[in-house]
Amino acid sequence: MEELIYHLTNILKEVSGYIYPNEIELHWGLLIVIYPYLTGLVAGAFILASLVKVFNVKELQQTYRLSLLTALSFLIIAPLPLLVHLGHPEKSFEIFLTPNKSSAMAMFGFVYAWYLMAVLLLEIWLDYRKDIIIWASSEKGIKKWIHKLVSLFSSDISERAIKFDKKAIKAITIIGIPSAFLLHGYVGFIFGSIKANPWWSSVLMPIAFLFSAMVSGIALVLLIYMVIYSWRPKGINMQCLDKMASYLFYVMIVDFSLETLDFIHRTYEAEESIKILAELVGGKLFVSLVVIQVLLGMIIPLGSIATAKLFKMPEELRKLIYFVSSILILIGIFSTRWNIVIGGQLFSKSFRGLTEYKMTIFGLEGLLVSIGIMLSPILILYVLTKILPPWEEVRNP
Amino acid sequence: MLSIWKKIPEQIKRLSFLVILIVAGYLLISPLFIPPDFGKYGHFRASAVEEIASQQMNYVGHEICANCHEDVSVIKSKGYHKNVACEVCHGPAFLHAEDPGSATLEAPRGRSYCTLCHEYLPSRPTGFPQIVAISHNPMKPCITCHDPHKPEPPVTPKECSACHATIARTLSISYHIYLPCTRCHETPEKHKINPREFTPSKPSTREFCGGCHSIDAKSDKGIPRIDLATHGHRYVCWQCHYPHLPEAK
Amino acid sequence: MRNNESSEKQNRRKFIQHFLFACASFIIPGIIGAQELVRKVGTWVLKNGYVPSEHHWGMGIDISKCIGCGRCVDACKKENNVPKEPFFFRTWVEQYRFLENDGVVVDSPNGGINSFKAETSEKNIIRSFFVPKLCNQCDNPPCVQVCPVGATFKTADGVILVDKEYCLGCRYCIQACPYGARFLHPETRIAEKCTFCYHRIIEGLDPACVEVCPTQARIFGDLTHKASPLVRFKRMNNLSVLKPSLNTEPKVYYANLDGEVR
Repeated sequence: MEELIYHLTNILKEVSGYIYPNEIELHWGLLIVIYPYLTGLVAGAFILASLVKVFNVKELQQTYRLSLLTALSFLIIAPLPLLVHLGHPEKSFEIFLTPNKSSAMAMFGFVYAWYLMAVLLLEIWLDYRKDIIIWASSEKGIKKWIHKLVSLFSSDISERAIKFDKKAIKAITIIGIPSAFLLHGYVGFIFGSIKANPWWSSVLMPIAFLFSAMVSGIALVLLIYMVIYSWRPKGINMQCLDKMASYLFYVMIVDFSLETLDFIHRTYEAEESIKILAELVGGKLFVSLVVIQVLLGMIIPLGSIATAKLFKMPEELRKLIYFVSSILILIGIFSTRWNIVIGGQLFSKSFRGLTEYKMTIFGLEGLLVSIGIMLSPILILYVLTKILPPWEEVRNP
Repeated sequence: MLSIWKKIPEQIKRLSFLVILIVAGYLLISPLFIPPDFGKYGHFRASAVEEIASQQMNYVGHEICANCHEDVSVIKSKGYHKNVACEVCHGPAFLHAEDPGSATLEAPRGRSYCTLCHEYLPSRPTGFPQIVAISHNPMKPCITCHDPHKPEPPVTPKECSACHATIARTLSISYHIYLPCTRCHETPEKHKINPREFTPSKPSTREFCGGCHSIDAKSDKGIPRIDLATHGHRYVCWQCHYPHLPEAK
Repeated sequence: MRNNESSEKQNRRKFIQHFLFACASFIIPGIIGAQELVRKVGTWVLKNGYVPSEHHWGMGIDISKCIGCGRCVDACKKENNVPKEPFFFRTWVEQYRFLENDGVVVDSPNGGINSFKAETSEKNIIRSFFVPKLCNQCDNPPCVQVCPVGATFKTADGVILVDKEYCLGCRYCIQACPYGARFLHPETRIAEKCTFCYHRIIEGLDPACVEVCPTQARIFGDLTHKASPLVRFKRMNNLSVLKPSLNTEPKVYYANLDGEVR
């Protein structure tokens, strides 16, 4: 308590203009920035995987399982920041007991469970099923039993069963795309439906969230693909990389257009809140929004990918551009989440003043915990690739 | 029926079993954890309302005080502070009302408490009695001159500024500073004692201001003049010019 | 050719089937939850005999009477054990000052609990007043709408309450409140707000802030009882509510409110 008061007293000195006294404490901090960031990566990675199945993009076949596993490892961690930021995490089960039907947040549990169980796990299970059974038959020790358990002790790899699996995967992918849209569009709705906050309240919010999610998800898989496959014997498949970069580019164009539309719409309508929002964007959010989100995270990667494609640059240079661009994009989209979540709480709902967000290093809502949460999906992905190797060469024909 | 069962691949049967187990588990177990009175009167725990209702009270309410302190409440009921509840100055009295012996109340005696209400602030409604503490009998506790239960000025204020501080301050930088308030406002004597029941008047004709400001008025040469016949004849002067600061632009 | 067409048709049919199945599974959680609606609302009597459904509480605030003494803020903190620090308020008082050059200065040092200080630049003030603020006890409360678990709710008498035992501390309600009326209690880590002093009003007393208001700038009452000070207040004054465009339908009514107040 003393720590919090000391923290708030310091913030009080930074407040400019008038802000309601209860607003000095900024309630949704770094953890809530990470939450939509992680779910965005999940949705994006899954949609990339779906491209392979639904639209039969052959070039991306290599990334199919990798994207699914990436989506899964990030999805497992996604609710963690939400849980940690709660005042009483031990009561979180109430969300499943007595969900308030009018609350977007209450529906999170169900959307999440649906997406995890009915879509992602099911698709991974069906896709890997045949391989798992075959692996289990030739393995020994703990790995054998893990694979046996995962295959639910079934050993049916008859042609009929495999044919069914393939059909089911296609159906799940078809359900999966709207589900991925739902998962992340819904996260956008959590913010977009808050009429009290003009920075959040927008019908575009779910759609903009979705496209930025796709951008970040594709960039993530591209990055992971480049890092992993540059170590693997087969090496990076340039066709695959180019295809991913193309999709990344198209989705970014849509995302950038949506953000521009939002910007134009807001400035053109110039509602009551425009003055304070302009002050916010020109001041406390200038670096994170204009410099990092738009310039570094959007315009530079868009420009360099376009140049790389247009001038048919040599392979090594293209690789470098894709690599740097996807890192920039990942930082940029993180900044997007930051600007939405933190930015939306920096101005007073009286539209008369601004407060400050000061990140703490230690403590549950501090920087260290957040870094831990951000890195843990990578660890999970590593473990997953051991249990369910996504490499083409271990796949059984 | 059996034929459909046969058509379902074996792995799906196993999976369905698992899914049914999870869903059934959720449906069966979750009601056990829902508080029994949840949803009785709406989407909330009904006993939460009782819990909130049982909160300990600290302010007992002004009616209780009169039960024991009748003498004070009779005096107070006739003065300007009749609507100021006892607990405003004496603090929360619930414990005192329960057990007057052990829980005693305090009465603020310094100047700082009275000035919470009576220090001059431009935002306070005009007519509310205000003083400027640093120049109003400095250092002297308010209660030496004013009885807080029946507060009255020891002498009826001569100056209007005692209550109308904001106007007095505005006026102080105006050319009208030398005009006494009563020159324009006819003020019944009782206004000083019962300010809201006996209100002062405002000039109702153009000719009133014209007494000084019309071209043919017999007044000092320096005073700005206008022709009443042609100058804004649809309005009384103060509808455009603020008389307490007429030179304001 | 024909074969191709029919298989395409079959595929399409399959797709539609899958899609409908997917849609249905989204609705299932809703059906489970809807069971509660079936339970009928009976007459509800609290232990002390108070019947919530017989009341509908509201508050009137007359701006032209408020002297900014901050006694309401002080009494509220003392009555409800609100933390003393200047970041937690169930009610607070704002000061508005309109300057000659069209600017507006608003402040509320420590929520106005120690009243206000006159500023030297006051010569430029053309108009000025105080505005007490508190939870508006909206009839259409955004905080209740967003609470994921039903920890904040509207009772039958229209008061919005928070269930201390049930609140998760997710702070969605704080984000959803357009009036900044909610805060997170620094020790219990649950959302808090004005209850209209629920423990007092069910005993027939006024909320603490109304009790101590020395100028009767705050008027509390039952909107359903025709002979109440609040209903007279509503009849005699030009009223407005805060941020009416958000359609929250507040039950805190302001008389003589300036349009700049938000």
